Amino acid sequence: MSDLIIGGRTFRSRLFLGTGKFRSNREMAAAIAASGTEMVTVAMKRIETTNASDDMLVHVQRDGLQLLPNTSGVRDAEEAVFAAQLSREAFGTNFLKLEIHPDPRYLLPDSTETLRATEELVKLGFVVLPYCAADPTLCKRLAEAGAAAVMPLGAPIGTNLGLRTRDFLQIIIEQATVPVVVDAGIGAPSHAAEAMEMGADACLVNTAIAVAGQPAAMAAAFKQAVEAGRQAFEAVLPVQAANLRAEASSPLTAFLD
Amino acid sequence: MFSDELARLSWDDTTAAIAAKTADDVERALRRPKPTVDDFMALISPAAEPYLEIMARLSRRYTEERFGRTVSLFIPLYLTNSCTNSCVYCGFHVANKMPRTILTPAEMEREYAAIKELGPFENLLLVTGENPAKAGVPYLAKALDLAKPHFSNLKIEVMPLATEEYAELRRHGMNGVICFQETYHRDNYKSYHPRGMKSNFEWRVNGFDRMGQAGVHSIGMGVLIGLEKEWRTDLTMMAYHLRYLQHHYWRTKYSVNFPRMCPAENGGFQPNCLMTDRELAQLTFAMRIFDHDVDISYSTRELPAFRDHMATLGVTTMSAGSRTEPGGYACYPEALEQFEVSDPRSVDEVVNALKTMGVEPVWKDWDSVFDKHLSDGR
Repeated sequence: MSDLIIGGRTFRSRLFLGTGKFRSNREMAAAIAASGTEMVTVAMKRIETTNASDDMLVHVQRDGLQLLPNTSGVRDAEEAVFAAQLSREAFGTNFLKLEIHPDPRYLLPDSTETLRATEELVKLGFVVLPYCAADPTLCKRLAEAGAAAVMPLGAPIGTNLGLRTRDFLQIIIEQATVPVVVDAGIGAPSHAAEAMEMGADACLVNTAIAVAGQPAAMAAAFKQAVEAGRQAFEAVLPVQAANLRAEASSPLTAFLD
Repeated sequence: MFSDELARLSWDDTTAAIAAKTADDVERALRRPKPTVDDFMALISPAAEPYLEIMARLSRRYTEERFGRTVSLFIPLYLTNSCTNSCVYCGFHVANKMPRTILTPAEMEREYAAIKELGPFENLLLVTGENPAKAGVPYLAKALDLAKPHFSNLKIEVMPLATEEYAELRRHGMNGVICFQETYHRDNYKSYHPRGMKSNFEWRVNGFDRMGQAGVHSIGMGVLIGLEKEWRTDLTMMAYHLRYLQHHYWRTKYSVNFPRMCPAENGGFQPNCLMTDRELAQLTFAMRIFDHDVDISYSTRELPAFRDHMATLGVTTMSAGSRTEPGGYACYPEALEQFEVSDPRSVDEVVNALKTMGVEPVWKDWDSVFDKHLSDGR
């Protein structure tokens, strides 16, 4: 399998993990280990940024693990830029998962603010991975603005509904000039495998692992699903059957005879 | 720039790969929802010839999904046959002893009015030879300014320009640019275009990038079929080029043309290959199956019956009533043509024939208001 490069860093694992919703930080750490992930998101709002021995931080600051601080909680571009600067101070990384969802119910991203914030943050030297709607044009604009990857949603956060935006994800992947990370809505390993078979560059999973009966075992299952899906994509899937039979009556090409 | 991409593609390997395509490759290509360039190679290969009817059905289906049962009509106006190039196959070759005409602004006005008499044309294509001193950017800007009140969509088919020059012409209402690469065979290109500005292969092939960078809304491409014996390889390179441009300049829409040379056209140059109607039909269907959205344009080089049928199967833009000599509609109807028109029917005859085929001729599908408030690069 090929490596994935984002923000100049090479990732062998194409599974990214969210760190919210776990029953305990120990369970989270076990899931991270079992998943083989090399990038985990951390919500700034969850971390005591002034406390170096913050329990969550201790569990995610490990060698080989890229922290991807997210701005969850901000409601517009100005707040996001401010939060990003704090995050850079606190975590010592330019990587940033940009999340702007003013709507507290479905946590759906604000496209206008996300594009504005991306433009601004790229100028400030951040490696910006925006969480966004599965909108192909928006993804083009984000890439033009300098986003290091785009993170379109498969379904609303936490719903485990799978790739409800399938047709749009396909267009996004087809047109992509930056890596496409399918984020949100992935509720089962089969969903992750499907995204990878379509040609997504990576998947970000949180709820499906965190609230599983056995998070570490589920993390291992996702690891295999993402690898299998990617391998299938790189091996080039066979085309599924379609009817190629010509209809006998009044051929369209008779005028050429 | 595309020249870098092209340098990585091997002409000989591509030719061999096309020749090696099998029926299995063709069937796979036909089934794939989004065919690749490799699939396109299978579809234009001899292995696909037995699949012509299936290809026609698929091509018609995709065309109707995207364009409906319509064909957009345009008309070309040759502004000048003056040219400093020496393309070995062209009647406007610099060394040809022939009267040269450069339409004056007053003559342009007469031509525009005469075109409007032929039919309610809104899509106008302004064509020139390459003579930057006498028919350069300021001249084209003038022609666009004068055309603008009469036509809602203005395209040009002229020598490759610099990015800033394309941007300048956009400000004069230019919506699209058509430019034929003629051939993607770098070495042979030199022998077809031995002297003049056009002899610079890179300048021409990278002209499409410059159009994209200038934010040109519509870009038309073409290979002159008859130059390269291995026309399938040439068209494959164009398919790569199309994909490259779509990827980089995604706000632009693209059209393709398949001009094919006839034997002894303009006396001297003999084509290195002759494409049959059947092959052109296969190529057209293959392009539609490869790209459901690209505009496929036929000129009056093709015969009436062939054009009428193809208008139902994949072609989406056509010229009608064309004169290919400068001032041919009003001022100089007897001047030398660039190529011989094979569909000499009147505009009304073409329109009626299309309607009989169940195709609606569309005159206006753009408005000049969209060409206002232009910012460069967008």
